[in-house]
Formats: sequence, C-alpha cells, structure tokens
Amino acid sequence: MTTVEMRQVETAKPGQPWRATPRERAFAIGNFIAAFLLAFVLVKFTGLNGKLGWVFGFFFSYIAISFVAEYARSGKPAAQDSLLTSVSRFAVFIAIVPIASILGTVISKGWRGLHWGLFTQDMSQATVNDPITNGGMLAAIVGTFVMVGLALILTLPISILTALYLTEIRGKFSGVIRFLVQAMSGVPSIVAGLFILSSIVYPVTQQYSGLMGALALSILMIPTVARTAEEVLLLIPNDLREAGLALGATQWRTVAMVVVPAVKSGLVTAIILGVARVIGETAPLLLVSGGGDATNFNPVSGPMGSIPYYVWKSFLLGGTEESSQRTWAGLLVLLIWVMFLFAIARYISSRTKKG
Amino acid sequence: MGDNQNLGQEDSQSNPGEEKKEMKTSTTPRSLADVASNRTRKEPGTNPLGSGLEARGVHAWFGSKHALKDVTLDFAAGTVTSLIGPSGCGKSTFLRTLNRMHEFIPTAALAGEVLLGGKDIYASGTDVTKIRLRIGMVFQKPNPFPSMTIGQNVLSGLKLAQIKAPNTDDLLQECLERAGLWSEVKDRLNEHASALSGGQQQRLCIARSLAVRPEVLLMDEPCSALDPGSTFRIEETISHLAKTMTIVIVTHNMQQAARVSDYSAFLLSDGGPGELIESAPTSELFSRPRDKRTEDYVTGRFG
Repeated sequence: MTTVEMRQVETAKPGQPWRATPRERAFAIGNFIAAFLLAFVLVKFTGLNGKLGWVFGFFFSYIAISFVAEYARSGKPAAQDSLLTSVSRFAVFIAIVPIASILGTVISKGWRGLHWGLFTQDMSQATVNDPITNGGMLAAIVGTFVMVGLALILTLPISILTALYLTEIRGKFSGVIRFLVQAMSGVPSIVAGLFILSSIVYPVTQQYSGLMGALALSILMIPTVARTAEEVLLLIPNDLREAGLALGATQWRTVAMVVVPAVKSGLVTAIILGVARVIGETAPLLLVSGGGDATNFNPVSGPMGSIPYYVWKSFLLGGTEESSQRTWAGLLVLLIWVMFLFAIARYISSRTKKG
Repeated sequence: MGDNQNLGQEDSQSNPGEEKKEMKTSTTPRSLADVASNRTRKEPGTNPLGSGLEARGVHAWFGSKHALKDVTLDFAAGTVTSLIGPSGCGKSTFLRTLNRMHEFIPTAALAGEVLLGGKDIYASGTDVTKIRLRIGMVFQKPNPFPSMTIGQNVLSGLKLAQIKAPNTDDLLQECLERAGLWSEVKDRLNEHASALSGGQQQRLCIARSLAVRPEVLLMDEPCSALDPGSTFRIEETISHLAKTMTIVIVTHNMQQAARVSDYSAFLLSDGGPGELIESAPTSELFSRPRDKRTEDYVTGRFG
C-alpha cells in the first residue's frame, strides 16, 4: 500500500499526454509535404499557374491528401473531422488575405508620406500636386474630430436609451423598434447624407456645415451603437434586475445603479464600434459638409474637411507621385485611428471578462 | 417520541398495504419529525417582532396557465414557515406573489389578497417599492451586484431606495454579523463580491436584504446551489434572524424544512394549478400529516 503510493509520488511529473506525439507530428508534416508536392505537379502540368494557382493547388491537395491519409489511418469519422478542419483553415486563410494585404499596402505606401507637417498644416495654401511637405491634413483631422465628436454626443443618449427601452422597459413597440433599428443599420451611407441634405440643408441652413455632417453620421451610428448595447444588456442575468427591484428600488434606480454599471465596459465597446463605423465615411460628408481645405473649427458654418475627404480629393484631383503619396499617407492616418479604436475596444472588453 | 410511535401505528392501520411502504413510514418520517420536534416552535403572538403576512385566496396565472389556486395561508410574525412540494407545484410562484415580484413576468395575472400588517399589498394606490422594502427576498442563485464591492453590496439597498442612514459603518457591520459573514469579510470589504465563494455570496445577499430592515424575508431555495457546509451556515443565519423577523423559505430539502421552520406548508399540483394541500406546525406535518399526499411526499414516496 505505502510502496504503491510512494511510487506514484515519485513518478508523478506534470505532462500533457493529449499533445501530439512525435509520430503524429511526423504524420502531419508528411501530409504537408505530400500536398506541397502534389501542388507542384498541378502547377507544372495543369492550367493552374501563378501565385493564386499555388495557393489553390496547395489547399486542394492538402484537403484531399489529409482526408485520404486520415481515412487510411483512423477511419471515416476521423477523416471527416480532418476534412472539416482543413476546409475551415482554408476559409480563414481566404478571409485574412485581403485584410492583411490592405494593411500591408497602406503601411508600405503610406509611411513615406508621413511627416509632422501633416498634423500642423492644412491644404488652404497648397494643391494636391505640391510636394508632400507642402500642406497637410490639419483641416481634415480637425473636421473628422469635430464631426465624429458631435455625432457621438448626438448618438450616445439616443442609442443607449433605445437599447434600454428594448431590454429594460420592453414596451409595446419593442418588436417594431428592434426591427427598425436592424433595418436602419443596413441603410447605405449615401442615403443618410441625401436625407440630411434634402430635409435640413436645402430647406433650412442652405450651406455646408460640420453639424450637418455630424447629423448624417449619427444616423449611421445610432443603429450600430443601439444594437451592440442591446446585445450587451441582454447578457445581464435577470437575477440582477430582480435583486435590485426586490430591495425596494424603482426600475429606473435599478437600471442606473445595477444594470448599467454591470455592463459599463460593454457600452464603451459599443460606442467605440459606432465611432469606428463612421470615422471612414466619405459619401454623406461630401453631400452635407462639403469639404474644406482650410481648417474650420466652427461646426455650424462653412464647409468642413475630413480625413476620408482628404484621401478622396488627393486621389481624384491628383495624378502625380506627390498626390499619390498624399493619398496613401491619408489612408494610413485613417487606418491607424480605426485600428487604435478597435484595439481600445478589445482591451476594454477583455478586461471585463477577467474582472 | 411517544407521539411518533403512536403515529407509526396509526399509519399502519390507515394503510395496511405493502411492507415496503410501511418500512419507509416507520423510518424516514420519524427522523424528520424528530428533527422538527427538537426545535422549540414559536407560537403566534409570542414574538412581537416583525409583521405577520396573510395570504387570502391567492391565485396566480401565467398567460392562460393557472399556476396557483386559492392559497390561503398565515405567516405569523416572528415565525419561520417553509413551503415544500415537488418542482412545478407553484411554491416559488406563491413566494413571489408575497412581495409583488410575480408581476414582473409579462403575462402574469393574480387574484386574491396578501395582507401585510393587515393591509392588502395589492390594494390600488399602494407604493410597491415600499412593499418590497418591508418584504425582502433572497434568491435561489446568489446574485451580488458585480459592479460593487462587498461593502457597497450590503449597503446597496439604501442607495437604491434612496434611504439616508446616519451611520452606515455600524449598519454594515450589523448586517454582516446577522448574516454570519462579518468575521470572514471584515478585512476585505473593498474587494469585489465576485471574490467570495458561492456560500459567502449567498450570505452577502442575505446581509444586503437586511440592510433596509425588512419585516419579512422571503427565501427562494436559498441553499439549493450551495454545499452542505454553506447550507449549514445559512440555516444558522436563518435561526438567528427568526428572532427579529418573519421568514418564509421555499425548500426542496425536507431535512432543512424540519431543521429551520416552525410551520410548514405543502403545495402540490396534479398537472393543474398548484394547491395548498396542508399546512401545520412543522413537527406535526412531518409526524402526523393529515393528508395522504403530504404523507407520501414527506416520506419520500414521490416528488
């Protein structure tokens, strides 16, 4: 009895017996090499050629070879399992290629155009075909921040309250409103721009302004934020609401003190996703805020530039090496902002899960 | 003890059926009845603390489904009453009609009266939040507020109901002591409630409901998600609390009902709405149930 226990203690070492053995690893690598060879044959002797030919040739050979090899080794269920795994890997690869390629292109072409003048000068004294060191994105950056900031202020109360109506009040019109919010999130951005143009700009203000841009952006932002916020609020267990109500709180106090604090970080994520949704919008801003080359801090009067507008104009009116560099640099700045916002959203939501 | 012996004979006279049944009646109920009769039962009126609660002809519906039929039951001030019965018999539904939590289910409907200190809590013009302040509730799953610390959780009722309390530190300590949690958390009041174990969280929820000084405390299977040790601590807590308030506890654990309650009520649904079959002092309900169905249930023959 004691000797057995002793032996167990002596031999007990932390291990991971579920990990692949060298034999299994060799099998996987063998599949890989065989697929590579088959792809080589395919590219050499069939119509497949070029990079794309290699990619497809390799994946189809890999799927086929690993299926056959697994079938021979472990039978049909294991082969089906391996088939699904390799198909999913292929799908993920296809999905990631364009994203990685966009990022790679924008960074490699854009970084040379970056210089401090981009953030301190505007285009009022320069044309898009001037050397990149003349003029900059100040007007565009200011415009984007003013319009997105205003849109945020408009969107925040409306969308959060809409989400609370859908999840907490669950009023009579919840179904209709949920449907409309979902439908609204599919509205093309140009429609939002035309709507503001025809309902406010032409009949009332009769001039371009940043505020109109912000209104158009909030039409696009509200459904995104409201839907994300609703989903986050639905994750709150009903127990928590009942606990608040059973303590003699009104529904409003329960929502304000229990429900919203419990999903605070989720709501912040919703807001950031909303901002990321509109920060790159071009079409509605072209219609209602025009696009200025001079820095304009006043949202109620005069055209206002934006980063996407800067990119669009550099591309459209240019034709030289300089204008092309300007375009890529503008894209890079925009992309950095969007990535930055998503990174913050990820960070906040990962922090909640741990807490 | 002598009572129980007699009971066994009565039983065997009333159903001279198979031996198996007799075996069960002669062993199980006696132990439960023993447990129950070991408690000194509080008589109504002997304890002036807390308010009594009276349910008068309470019916409950969910949509067209009649879930509870004509329950009339008194909860005398300062007593512990357990509601027992198989799943789906409407005991939780009944409990939730007692502090108006029933109405949060969108299709819910109700008939009857629930009197707190003689006044119907469903009377029109009643401030329902005031009712829930006086009739607290502890839920099946511990549900401390995740965004708050342990200390904030205990005092959350005051904030939620916008009550001003002069000395919250004393109140905090008092509530945690009454819930039997003070010694375990006194040095970590600023930690988040999620750092506590399930049993501690449930006692925290009890402390939280005590902070608004309810007269009645409803507990919906408060120990069903807890290990025996935590269950024991909560039962201790219930015994302490019963000195100052009226407690109604729903439980599936008959041992628990026998240990903690002065009175027991048995509810049952035969597929239709749940009905009150029998209510009696706990020791009586377990030792000489008047109804055959109660006897079957408490002896573990079904449910």
